[in-house]
Amino acid sequence: MWRLGGKELSSRFFIGTARYASPDIMRQAIEASGAEVVTVSLRRYGSGKWDSNAFLNLLKEMKLHILPNTAGCYSVKDACTVARMAREVFGTDWIKLEVIGDDYNLQPDPFGTVEAAKILIKEGFEVFPYMTDDLVFAERLLDAGCKVLMPWAAPIGSGRGLANPHALKTFRSRFKDIPCIIDAGLGKPSHAAAAMEMGFDGVLLNTAVSLARDSVAMARAFAMAIEAGHKGYQAGLMPEREFATPSTPVVGTPFWHQEKK
Amino acid sequence: MKLVIGGEPREIGGVENVAQLVKSLGGDMRFISVALNGEFVPRGEYEKTKVGESDEIEIVTPFPGG
Repeated sequence: MWRLGGKELSSRFFIGTARYASPDIMRQAIEASGAEVVTVSLRRYGSGKWDSNAFLNLLKEMKLHILPNTAGCYSVKDACTVARMAREVFGTDWIKLEVIGDDYNLQPDPFGTVEAAKILIKEGFEVFPYMTDDLVFAERLLDAGCKVLMPWAAPIGSGRGLANPHALKTFRSRFKDIPCIIDAGLGKPSHAAAAMEMGFDGVLLNTAVSLARDSVAMARAFAMAIEAGHKGYQAGLMPEREFATPSTPVVGTPFWHQEKK
Repeated sequence: MKLVIGGEPREIGGVENVAQLVKSLGGDMRFISVALNGEFVPRGEYEKTKVGESDEIEIVTPFPGG
């Protein structure tokens, strides 16, 4: 078990609820993932055919922790308003704060995100900030009162994996005492395993599972990868070496000769 | 009265506050939240929050998200 945002969790997998083939596939995928935290959003009343009440009731029946997002917000004001509305609808102080700064790659606006975080934390929110791997951005969010950081691996929905592993390793070591969750850009289970092997506390993903040919099997695959990566990190990874080192001891090797031929 | 609801211009009559507006729209409103001109309106303040000509109202419901 580990603690995050005032809650006890056993899983390190945070899964999104969007873009599944059906609500039932979504439910099966969440169950297969073992995730205890799911991300959700808000949309205009009456838009589309989605049954909002059935959706919310399903999540409540599954006893999941709900992490609403402010997806689609480009200003501090909109993000804060959506966060307040989400708190009322979902009955949680948790908010995945997204203040988008660039349409092209959905990159977060660091200035807007920090400003919105300050406002929301003063109002009692537990802010989970969607952010890049920029260390100064992270410092400012911690100064604002954030207790968790969520750097992206790559742009949302890109499936590119850890675009800048060096930056993420640096991020992890710089903020080793802060819960850090990789959010966005993961496409394969191996990406999740790599993030966990770096020592990240969890991963949050959606599209890689929901758009898989078999979302339920992919959710399970990611869950296994996350667990494997985390256990590998805990076990202590061997240091990399430049050259080969025989794993079988040389002493006593038959036909072995000291001198070069 | 002309209002903009969810980005759509609408002609709504006989409403003075958010509570009446929400009721007039019908449907299941158990899990909604409202913003008036970009400002969140807590559920407990629907009665006392007046709506006026050209006000912009957003009503949101739960939706899947990543």
